[in-house]
Amino acid sequence: MPTLMHLYPLTGAALVGLGLYGIVTLRHPLRQLLAVNVVGAGIFLILGGLGRGTASTDPFPQALVITGIVVAVALTAFGAALVVRVAEEERARDDTAAVEATGDSA
Amino acid sequence: MTLAFDLILCLMIVGTAAAALLTHNALAAIVFFIVFGNLLGLAWLAMNAVNVAMAEIAIGAGITGVLLILTRQRLMALGDDLVSAETPGWLRAGAVLACTGLTALVGSAVLSVAPADDLGGPIAALLPELGIENPVTGVLLAFRAYDTLLETFVLLGALVAVWSLAPGNAWPRPPASLNLAESGGGSVAQAFGRLLLPLALVMAAYLVWAGSDFPGGAFQAGTVLAGGLIIAAIGGAVAWPRADNSILRAVLVLGPGVFLIIGLAGIALGRFLFYPPGFAKAMIVAIEYSLALSIGATLALLLAGRSVAPDHRS
Amino acid sequence: MSPLDLLVAVPLALMIAAVLLGSRGRLLLLAAIPVMAGLTVWLLLLPEGTAHIVGDWNLPLGILLRADGVAQLLVAATSACASIIGLYALREFAPGPSGSETAHGYAFWPLFYLLWGGANAGFLTTDLFNLYVALEMVSLAAVAMAAMGSLRAALQYFVVALVGSLAYLLGVALLFANYATVDITLLAGTARPDLATKVALAVMTAGLLIKAAVFPLHGWLPPAHAAAPAPASALLSAIVVKVGFVILLRLWFEAFPAIVAPAALDVLGWLGALAVLYGSIQAIRQETLKALVAYSTVAQIGYLLLAFPLVVTAAGSDRAWAGMTIHAIAHMLAKAAMFLAAGLMLKAVNGHRLEDLSGLVRVMPLTVAAFGLAAISLMGLPPSAGFIAKFLLLEAALEQGAVFQAAILLVGGLMAAVYLFNPLSRTFAGRDTPVTEAKDTLQTAAPLALGLLAVSLGFAGQAMVDISAGVSQAGPPAAAVGEVP
Repeated sequence: MPTLMHLYPLTGAALVGLGLYGIVTLRHPLRQLLAVNVVGAGIFLILGGLGRGTASTDPFPQALVITGIVVAVALTAFGAALVVRVAEEERARDDTAAVEATGDSA
Repeated sequence: MTLAFDLILCLMIVGTAAAALLTHNALAAIVFFIVFGNLLGLAWLAMNAVNVAMAEIAIGAGITGVLLILTRQRLMALGDDLVSAETPGWLRAGAVLACTGLTALVGSAVLSVAPADDLGGPIAALLPELGIENPVTGVLLAFRAYDTLLETFVLLGALVAVWSLAPGNAWPRPPASLNLAESGGGSVAQAFGRLLLPLALVMAAYLVWAGSDFPGGAFQAGTVLAGGLIIAAIGGAVAWPRADNSILRAVLVLGPGVFLIIGLAGIALGRFLFYPPGFAKAMIVAIEYSLALSIGATLALLLAGRSVAPDHRS
Repeated sequence: MSPLDLLVAVPLALMIAAVLLGSRGRLLLLAAIPVMAGLTVWLLLLPEGTAHIVGDWNLPLGILLRADGVAQLLVAATSACASIIGLYALREFAPGPSGSETAHGYAFWPLFYLLWGGANAGFLTTDLFNLYVALEMVSLAAVAMAAMGSLRAALQYFVVALVGSLAYLLGVALLFANYATVDITLLAGTARPDLATKVALAVMTAGLLIKAAVFPLHGWLPPAHAAAPAPASALLSAIVVKVGFVILLRLWFEAFPAIVAPAALDVLGWLGALAVLYGSIQAIRQETLKALVAYSTVAQIGYLLLAFPLVVTAAGSDRAWAGMTIHAIAHMLAKAAMFLAAGLMLKAVNGHRLEDLSGLVRVMPLTVAAFGLAAISLMGLPPSAGFIAKFLLLEAALEQGAVFQAAILLVGGLMAAVYLFNPLSRTFAGRDTPVTEAKDTLQTAAPLALGLLAVSLGFAGQAMVDISAGVSQAGPPAAAVGEVP
């Protein structure tokens, strides 16, 4: 029995699918990280949105969502730092390779 | 709120998410993501979940958005143009199929459940025992205090994990500065930063205090504090500390530490995380103030990133 | 007082100390080990199915902690592994020369305690959302430790782990919406075979299979586990993958056994069989030691899933359950020993290929012995814990006429013998005695102790079977469920 109350959790389901599409098709890790956050937001909408009564929203899933948001930002921050570090290392490797290449030709 | 409002909001949420994922331009993607986060905040408001709305806008859109922008800058400085390599057509077609299937599956599972406020009643009945009126704070700091305790350690662990990425010659130097003041036109930013930091402190203190009875709490307050610190750092009013600064380390562990000590003290009275009757609110407020401080510092430093070597300031 | 919360609280308190003190505080481990050992013994002595809530809040609002057989055995094995791996790491993650701190030396210790506390939290809780937070504690620490070896592999691991967690969280959201609780003991009483439950179980299982690196979702594991520093590899292969596995057990055999179709269990069993075969073949083909050991993890995790269809069948189900649980802890001890021994051997010869090991037994016999002891357990030779586990599984399979599973168990053991004999025989080959670096007594003793434990635990087979049977499947203890006004 679909009701109007299902609108937000259904939006959440759409975000889960969209985000997963992003994770699979986007090749840049920072973009994947963004897509992961879209999936997370979708899950939160399902969790919180299905806790709505006619007059109120269940505080229990609300608290779980807040916990989830904080865990998500913690992991995203580490992921972003990791992406930068990988790029840095690859650049350093390229630079070394370039220096070695010139060294060989000289 | 009317149906039309809800419907348009949901369409915009899906639209901005799609734009954030499908656009080729990384900066545009991040901007769409931030708009998406703010629209989600509106959605939570429309669902009468003010606490979540604040957390979503402050953390989901705000902190995550700033983080993505800073990361993009750092990557561009390294010569990474953030262009996603083109994925083969068959993969995209397969992904469309699989993700549509997943959405349909999850969507029908969602439709098979009747939305209901199941636990709101039992929670409201127990709140007088705690002496607080905001049920979400009650769930976070009492009924599910164990989750929240573990979560603060995830946040602390994330900062340690970010720090662990420092290259050998950089540790324990401070992170790269976000200082715009050096590049001219910074005096306004500097004055703004000086002004905003105390304001953020006051605002954060208020949010914790109000959080017992009205929407708010340690996480929202910590985010405001982090925002103040970041803006002050951009203006040059605050310099990042070194990772081996012992005051800094003490601030970082203050919240998790107070939480854990109060939890362990409960064992003497019966059980882990047991608040003695009549003292529940005092304990919750003590935990929240120390948490807000630690969360603020941790989030700001997560944005600042790890130590950088002296020759490398980007 | 109860060990159920202290086993989590003590590592977290140590994490705080480690954040404050960094590698200068690493000797705190020497205080941590006896405390955690005492708490573990206390946990093992608790009466079957002891449980209590956190704080003063009854289900469904609160969180229930519980010591069932699986939790007791896995927490105990985690204590043993983490303690000994920690001792090994004292030298690796120490202040640099002149007492200066390094980023890895600093960060390892807080992450180590976060991982330890998170794993214990996961084993001891019955709450699915609480498990999500515990899972993220462990994953975060694991990825950061993997990054100390290879940044690229860690980034891949990170994305995969995140997708796995999200799939799991999606299931938790659907279950909460459907049942207004996420407690396993409450779910067991009210589980319905409706669409939302099935979708939730499917996505959670998929996410956890990724996290536990079950074939064909294992791709991230070998590069990450092979590249990490030895103590980190040992923690990842021994402890981290087991957390996802335990949640699978909780879901399939505790929360939803009533609605699980036998066909679904068969699918998991097939995946397990493929993992055993594929992981073993890959391990045989590897030319570097740590990659070989990492692929062996892929194979060994396969056995855990191979046992799934054997457990539900009524006859001999106790034996399969015990065999599966004992296999999990036998693998923890043996694989931790093997990664630590491999780390020492490779450091000594300053290489990473199997051929570099030539003649090594003459220089470091004790380390080669540790590797050999671990190999005995992984191959399932008597009297090791691995033998007890495989014997129980084989017995259960034959009793149920599951010829296929029995065949995989035997073939897998033979293949393990092939891939583990190869590095061992290299250490005896060649006539030259390789030049090696100085050895550290503590680091030599660590893998040896773990290897001896893996083999000698076989003598405690009956005790382990008895403990593993302590599963309270009859729903939550009466004291825990209060009247919700």
